[in-house]
Amino acid sequence: MKSIIPREVETLWTLFTAPTVWALHFIACYVTVAVFCAKRLPSSFTFDGVRIALVIVTALALAMIVLSGYLAWRQWGFGAADPPHDEPTRDARTLFQGFATLLLSGLSFVAVVFASIPLIFIAECQP
Amino acid sequence: MDDDRLTGVGRPIRSGRDIGRDGISGGHRPAIRATIILLLFPLLASCSGVQSALDPAGSEASAVATLFFVMLTGGAVIWAGVVGLLFHAARKRRTYSEKGAGQLILWGGAVLPSVILAALLSYAVWLMPNVRPWFQAEDRGLRRVEVTGEQFWWRVRYLDDGGAVVFETANEVRVPTGERVVFLLKSPDVIHSFWIPVLGGKMDMIPGRENRLTLQAEKPGTYRGVCAEFCGASHALMAFTVHAMEPEAYEDWYKARQASSGTRDAQGLELFLRHGCGACHGISGTEARGAIGPDLTAFGERGSVGAGTLANEKDQIARFLRDPDAVKPEARMPHFSMLPEAEIDRIAAYLKGLR
Repeated sequence: MKSIIPREVETLWTLFTAPTVWALHFIACYVTVAVFCAKRLPSSFTFDGVRIALVIVTALALAMIVLSGYLAWRQWGFGAADPPHDEPTRDARTLFQGFATLLLSGLSFVAVVFASIPLIFIAECQP
Repeated sequence: MDDDRLTGVGRPIRSGRDIGRDGISGGHRPAIRATIILLLFPLLASCSGVQSALDPAGSEASAVATLFFVMLTGGAVIWAGVVGLLFHAARKRRTYSEKGAGQLILWGGAVLPSVILAALLSYAVWLMPNVRPWFQAEDRGLRRVEVTGEQFWWRVRYLDDGGAVVFETANEVRVPTGERVVFLLKSPDVIHSFWIPVLGGKMDMIPGRENRLTLQAEKPGTYRGVCAEFCGASHALMAFTVHAMEPEAYEDWYKARQASSGTRDAQGLELFLRHGCGACHGISGTEARGAIGPDLTAFGERGSVGAGTLANEKDQIARFLRDPDAVKPEARMPHFSMLPEAEIDRIAAYLKGLR
């Protein structure tokens, strides 16, 4: 099967994709709520608006992390070989990168979910 | 590793059964266990008291205590599970396949902790409105008390519905039970933190800001509040008394407190004013109108001298007057040791008699 995204990527950037999405999501949540509550915008834009916007941001972030995780899983050969992938070969290197990226994606997924839990419970701004 | 290796040369590791055999004999162990449990009981007594978050007397503190015990139980269950697994792994009666071990790590080491943490986190966030309720005092006609953290005492002002000061007192907070009270928290100097563990969580007092804390006392009683943010040399000597009173008793006190008896002892008042005490301290109904130091109206009823530093007795008041810095390092009040002993005693008696 031909794929748009190559199966083996010779760059470290794919490794950081999921943590970067996690960081951006974290900043987006905190900055949005902080600015909204500090500015106290008129009632045309309620806290529920902020909540819905951030739920959408969260869904997008989770989708990107799942995609990153899937690509990593594919690069790892869907678990065909067992870690630690420590032979000094190109194959082992790409498998290691795929496995490490998969684990980081899992961590980032959980972190984004945890950071979003307060969105369900926050009632409103408090001065 | 099997048992032969455990009991081999050098005996590097001793299993529990070994200790049972040649160490403490089986018959003694239940007795030792019972003794340890009995020795632990006195520790439980330290969970109650006038300043314990584990012995709540208010609705917010109850929520904090509930949160603590749920988290404690959750933590204990996880700990017991992990220790159980540890013993299981150390004994190793059966072998696991590589794949089985991987599954155990995935489910027991990643999925299960994530789910448990998500549940505990959700519970904690869900409980937040009970731990720190928010009420717009002005909208709901709630009682307001303004507390200002000073180095190293508490200025307490009771406000009316319009926000005007009805009267001021110091180092003592009175609240009616069964009613929400909104505390407006301020500081003119450094960051302090207002904390009545028995009634609720702590809240910082930050210069230039007015923080709000809502508390509702449920059980009448006398409790202790403290400064929970290091604020200087006498930070640890910055406490206050909290009286949670039945609503009728509170109303009686509130009315009585607005009438002063500061002039009842004319000679004591005369000395108090002659030596300049009134420049810093106020006593309502008298010429003493200073507002730099703590207000001294009804001082004799206070639970302590120097914001929880000394017992409120005549000798202790005199000791404080002679040299405040000796009992309360870096206290702003100057010493009055140059006054004749008789006059210091007389002023101390006057202050103790203020009702």
